Amino acid sequence: MMEKELKDFILMMADNVMILGQRLGEWCGHGPVLEQDIAMTNIALDLIGEARNYYRYLGETEGKKEDEYPMKRDVRDYKNVLLAELPNGHWGDTIMRQCMFDCYHYYLLEGMMVSENERLAAIAKKSIKEATYHLAFSSEWVIRLGDGTAESHHKMQQSLQNLLPYFNEMFDPETYEIWCQNRNIAPSLEDVRSSAMEKFNAIIVESTLQMSEKYYSKKGGKTGLHTENLGFILADMQYLQRSYPGVEW
Amino acid sequence: MNDWPLYEVFIRSKNGLNHKHVGSLHAADAHMAIQNARDVYTRRSEGVSIWVVEAKHITASNPDDKESLFDPAEDKVYRHPTFYELPEALKHM
Repeated sequence: MMEKELKDFILMMADNVMILGQRLGEWCGHGPVLEQDIAMTNIALDLIGEARNYYRYLGETEGKKEDEYPMKRDVRDYKNVLLAELPNGHWGDTIMRQCMFDCYHYYLLEGMMVSENERLAAIAKKSIKEATYHLAFSSEWVIRLGDGTAESHHKMQQSLQNLLPYFNEMFDPETYEIWCQNRNIAPSLEDVRSSAMEKFNAIIVESTLQMSEKYYSKKGGKTGLHTENLGFILADMQYLQRSYPGVEW
Repeated sequence: MNDWPLYEVFIRSKNGLNHKHVGSLHAADAHMAIQNARDVYTRRSEGVSIWVVEAKHITASNPDDKESLFDPAEDKVYRHPTFYELPEALKHM
């Protein structure tokens, strides 16, 4: 039987990439140009693929199907960070959100590669190749738009301002994360924070944007206290399983 | 984004093979063109290397010159190495 703390941690890892992947999927057919439309859905599929690896792991230990976790849990049981569920906004908003998440995701996976939990270490080793590309993609777009025209610079500054309150939640450990850190299952979030912040600050400097010092940090997602957005995402995602329980493809 | 230049994309599918033209795309600069090509043309493991070149840098032969350029080669069969007897030991030619 898997300990509750470990299960919560795996759910958080899975839900983060599941919900962000679902969000990015909304760009399908709506990207600013064909090439970026495909880029967004590629990233979405990478993230959902990673999520499936976690759900499958949980399913194997609990004797459930992997679909049970994304399709049969309600808002309060989801453990994703608030950043992941925020609406896409305009292209710049999506890119800024992605860049923030990628900074966290990349360095977290880097730490997870040496996890005492071999299954999680294996998933991290597979996923970090994708995360490396995601971070390169999103950071280059932040720099391109931040250091672009006056209008793109202004919009990106606004995106940064709007999203900063959701940045710290990723690095503030909940009890189940501390439990995992103490057992060398997960890396220290303080280490992840310092690497991710250093990277993110360098991107912001290069993009000529201003890092704000004054902002409130919001949190709650990791313990199931979500913004109103998540309910709508789940309604979309889970409609079929809720209306026709057990239906198969 | 409508004024992004056109890039031609060449993909090497395996080490040892040539880069082959696979299509074109729009990008703001060469670096973005590589990223876009990765996303558009290699998502089903089509390649191990990408070249991009801005379409305007390619000089193409004029279709109107087709006759003078290519027709003269048609009746010169001796340019094909088909008049040699291959030794028995030689396989896969």
